[in-house]
Amino acid sequence: MENHFEAGIEELRQKLLVMASHAEKSVNEAVQALMQRDHDLALRVRADDDIIDQFEVEIDEMAILLLTKAPLATNLRLVTVAMKISQNLERIGDEATKIAKRARDLSQEPPVKIALDLPHMANLALAMVKDALDSFVHRDAAAARALIPRDKEVDALNKELHAALVQHMMANPGTISCCLHWIVAAKSLERIADHAKNIAEEVVYLCDAQDIRHALKN
Amino acid sequence: MAEILIPKLATQEAAVAADRTGAPLIEIEDVSLYYGASRALKNISLKLDEKVVTAFIGPSGCGKSTLLRCLNRMNDLIDNVRIDGAIRIGGHDIYDGNVDVIELRKRVGMVFQKSNPFPKSVYENVAYGLRLHGLKNKSDLDARIEESLQQSALWDEVKDRLHASALGLSGGQQQRLCIARAIAIKPEIILMDEPASALDPIATARIEDLILDLKKEFTIVIVTHNMQQAARISDQTAFFYIGELVEFGATRKIFTNPSQKRTEDYVSGRFG
Repeated sequence: MENHFEAGIEELRQKLLVMASHAEKSVNEAVQALMQRDHDLALRVRADDDIIDQFEVEIDEMAILLLTKAPLATNLRLVTVAMKISQNLERIGDEATKIAKRARDLSQEPPVKIALDLPHMANLALAMVKDALDSFVHRDAAAARALIPRDKEVDALNKELHAALVQHMMANPGTISCCLHWIVAAKSLERIADHAKNIAEEVVYLCDAQDIRHALKN
Repeated sequence: MAEILIPKLATQEAAVAADRTGAPLIEIEDVSLYYGASRALKNISLKLDEKVVTAFIGPSGCGKSTLLRCLNRMNDLIDNVRIDGAIRIGGHDIYDGNVDVIELRKRVGMVFQKSNPFPKSVYENVAYGLRLHGLKNKSDLDARIEESLQQSALWDEVKDRLHASALGLSGGQQQRLCIARAIAIKPEIILMDEPASALDPIATARIEDLILDLKKEFTIVIVTHNMQQAARISDQTAFFYIGELVEFGATRKIFTNPSQKRTEDYVSGRFG
């Protein structure tokens, strides 16, 4: 005899994982488009955002239906966490789209030589997304907790990049338009890391039933 | 054997079946039911499709069990009952004077709130209805009994005690035995009147999973007081209140966005 309710929960989990893979792919490709000045790839990332949006709607619908069936304990947390994770993934998709837009515009401008360690920042943000999703897959609260402090590293890099770009703009006013694109792209990477952190916090709630959001502020 | 007066669509009335493609299996049309002068059901109209689970919900006394019992004419057993309107199954009026009620109840099985196994062995409980309907051959009986117990997810638990008393089974097992007994004679429709209300959560979960498995083969109408249960197992839900059908629709809609305020109030626990 099939356990139909558990099957519904598993279907929700699988759908979330497929959505996550789309979001991860979008970020990867947006960064690649930015670094390699790949105009076509940037356009593709923007088009793929609709797919991620649709996943968010479908996951919410599945979750609401499961909530009417009165899930309890871990299942209840999984359903509510799935809704929050999908919202974070949707926003990660939005940030990827923003990066892709900047990549598209930058690809149309002559290349400017600025010493920026954006690839490093992108790698850190991408690794955070990947590790947050891995912690969800493996229900690994320790791994989720471990990645949360890495957000600070990305924040610091964003500040450094921002300062460097402001300085560059002051010294080279002809590159302002180009530098603004880089500032926005860096900010999007910083937001992606924030969403990865949010996902990790939800994984901790899922596994340990402990709400660690805003812990430092309280 | 009694003549089948509500023929199987696929065999005896192929032409009718062709016309009825996509038609609901059960059509309740403007049904009112009176216990003496008291009107328990008021102009109920409902169409239920084949191989779906329909839940009847509503507060006590709303008429949901009364309507359920109309579907296999169990109310015929009560004095002073009068029914107006029509109930058709497979396009045939089950209240037509020519209908063989025994045959109707073979096609429309029923499982009650309280499990009611016969004081016989597990095997004999399932064999009883089959013998009554003319199946005598031992190997055929054995095969059908195993199939029914498999379908009701009870086989693994009772296969080594088929000849022990059914009264020695747990409450949940007894209820699944009653389901096995009902499905053994291969009905098209199974009516369930609060089949899990007397069971613990584990036994309830097994009954619910069983219902979802059975809907691949049977059309199920279930009365339940447990709204989450209705949400878990049914495809469509009908909400009744003081003999009226207030709202009928997809279970998803009834429990997330009902059209009627009375439905909203009831499913939200504001009354009932």
